[in-house]
Amino acid sequence: MSLSAYIGGIGVLGPGLHNWPQAAAVLSGKQPYVPAPTVLPTPAMLPPAERRRTGRVVKVALAVALEATSRADADPAQMPSVFSSSGSDGHICHEICQALALSAREVSPTRFSNSVHNVAAGYWSIATGSMTEANVLCAFDASFVAGLLDALTQVTVDRQSVLLVAYDTEYPPPLHAKRPIPDALGVAMVLTPQRSLGSLARMEFTLTEEAIDKMPDPELEMLRSAIPAARSLPLLRLLAIGAPGRAILDYLDVSRAGVQIDPCF
Amino acid sequence: MKSVKTMKPLLLAEYTATSCVGRGMAQTLAALIEQRSGLKRCEFETVKIDTHIGEVPGVDSQRLPAALQIFDCRNNRLAELAVRQDGFFDAVQAAAARWGPRRVGVFIGTSTAGIMQTELAYRARDAVSGALPPSFEYGATHNSFSVADYLRQRCRLEGPAVAVSSACASSAKVFGSARRMIESGLIDAALVGGTDSLCLTTLYGFHSLQLSSPAPCRPFDAARDGISIGEAAAFALLERVPENLDGNSVLLYGVGESSDAYHMSAPHPEGLGAKRAMQAALAAASMEPGDIDYINLHGTGTPSNDRSESQAVTSIFGPTTPCSSTKGATGHTLGAAGALEAVISALAIRNGLMPGGVHTARIDPTLTAHYIRENRRAPVRRVLSNSFGFGGTNCSLIFGRAG
Repeated sequence: MSLSAYIGGIGVLGPGLHNWPQAAAVLSGKQPYVPAPTVLPTPAMLPPAERRRTGRVVKVALAVALEATSRADADPAQMPSVFSSSGSDGHICHEICQALALSAREVSPTRFSNSVHNVAAGYWSIATGSMTEANVLCAFDASFVAGLLDALTQVTVDRQSVLLVAYDTEYPPPLHAKRPIPDALGVAMVLTPQRSLGSLARMEFTLTEEAIDKMPDPELEMLRSAIPAARSLPLLRLLAIGAPGRAILDYLDVSRAGVQIDPCF
Repeated sequence: MKSVKTMKPLLLAEYTATSCVGRGMAQTLAALIEQRSGLKRCEFETVKIDTHIGEVPGVDSQRLPAALQIFDCRNNRLAELAVRQDGFFDAVQAAAARWGPRRVGVFIGTSTAGIMQTELAYRARDAVSGALPPSFEYGATHNSFSVADYLRQRCRLEGPAVAVSSACASSAKVFGSARRMIESGLIDAALVGGTDSLCLTTLYGFHSLQLSSPAPCRPFDAARDGISIGEAAAFALLERVPENLDGNSVLLYGVGESSDAYHMSAPHPEGLGAKRAMQAALAAASMEPGDIDYINLHGTGTPSNDRSESQAVTSIFGPTTPCSSTKGATGHTLGAAGALEAVISALAIRNGLMPGGVHTARIDPTLTAHYIRENRRAPVRRVLSNSFGFGGTNCSLIFGRAG
């Protein structure tokens, strides 16, 4: 069984990357890359009470998930999802560990609820009313490909469309020194088993030992290597260029992901 | 229109579990037969909370192999302790030799992994700079992937590896990920399971939500007042069903998953998400509710979980299918609960034992599911096991005899 899918919509948000059309222009070299701190929108799709409680990890994941499903004209309530991230909310983790280091040990109940790795998937389900399954994964620096692989098995084995959301946010000091992710970045894709009018490209996945692709632009290469979700950039670059090609993405030490892209137009 | 997903059954070629009731299968089974609980008053680390916990003895003195010292933390020590029981480690080695290390994947559920290393590091920050101690290792201990990575390196497996971290449903959902990857043909076998260890984040966190009980948890009791946090590591080796199958073998027949779309830390009041997961598991297994002999409930012992789960169970199975929670014995082992209760389900099937729920004195008369407090010795052909988690994530698994 070949692991393949059609890409129906993409969402991107990160440092100097504001949405898929702008990111595509940057990644294909039509526009210069101008690094800038990630601007995270408030998730208007959540009820106000829930909105106030969301941290950066929820904001970045929901923003790209919404962009990808909107561009694919897909109903998120009917679509299973895969959320993959190298960590949960770093700021909440810091606050909890700080509180636990004090003698009073007063942990905020809301922070504790939102400290789970599946916090973004939980809020996405609440925001969209989706009762479909969400799989929530972590593979440290390999989290993007781990998520892509799980999503592709859903598409190929169960013949269902899947929303893939890969995202990371930074830890504040002092954890930042141990895990120096510089800023928030998210990438989302709607993957479908069949080609539709809106399909952007077909992708086919294999495990390989080939050398990974790096980004030609040094600053984008720095981004690729600094944020696990940005390990997807060589794949996004191919999609942005819109020509057939193959991207080799970083995965586990012993294996890499070879992704063949064939545009649908 | 959502299509019904069916699945090809998979073989639980090997399995093992370690929790506060015992190391490995023999001790776990003995505890179930004796209806023995491993819950004790909390004296863990420096924790000062009036509660009971399910602590695994001997985790602190467990050592990791010298080459893997970077992974040293309570969570990986617990994983190491557990993987050595019942010949499981050797069975994984044999599977790797048989299929090739690249053809065996690793799928491990955890909610907090080795976060306790970070908790301890925050107590040892540099007085001037605030920096964490140089010896603190984030990636190999705190990060959710650390236990999957540890087991992958420990067992020298080179297939796809991932941690599933969806709170208390984590190590039930690993069966779903592994199932898809085996069916896709990318791998031939999967090391699946879960490991979660005691830490201050969960002990103080559940306490802050007023979800932990001062007493040993009493699932489905009229006076139930919260969970008892436990720790556990449980693993299974999943493979395709071979042609010549021992009729006593245990198979995974169904996986059903759903989301509540309701609240981050409270279950849907009518258990709609739970109901959807159980229905999906039955559909995946091509089974009817009447095919299920026993239900191992999520049954945490919080007023809200047991109420909504009971409604969901009754709405599908009616009021007669025997069900119980084994969390009165093991505590709620959070991200390891799905795998632990998968192994308990396999023990129930192999031994014709429906384990009665311990600590429950008076069953809540408003809960309509058929909760059993006494052990029942009867043929158990099919078991459904529920795991639900924060974020409204639900997973139901169906195990059964091959023959």
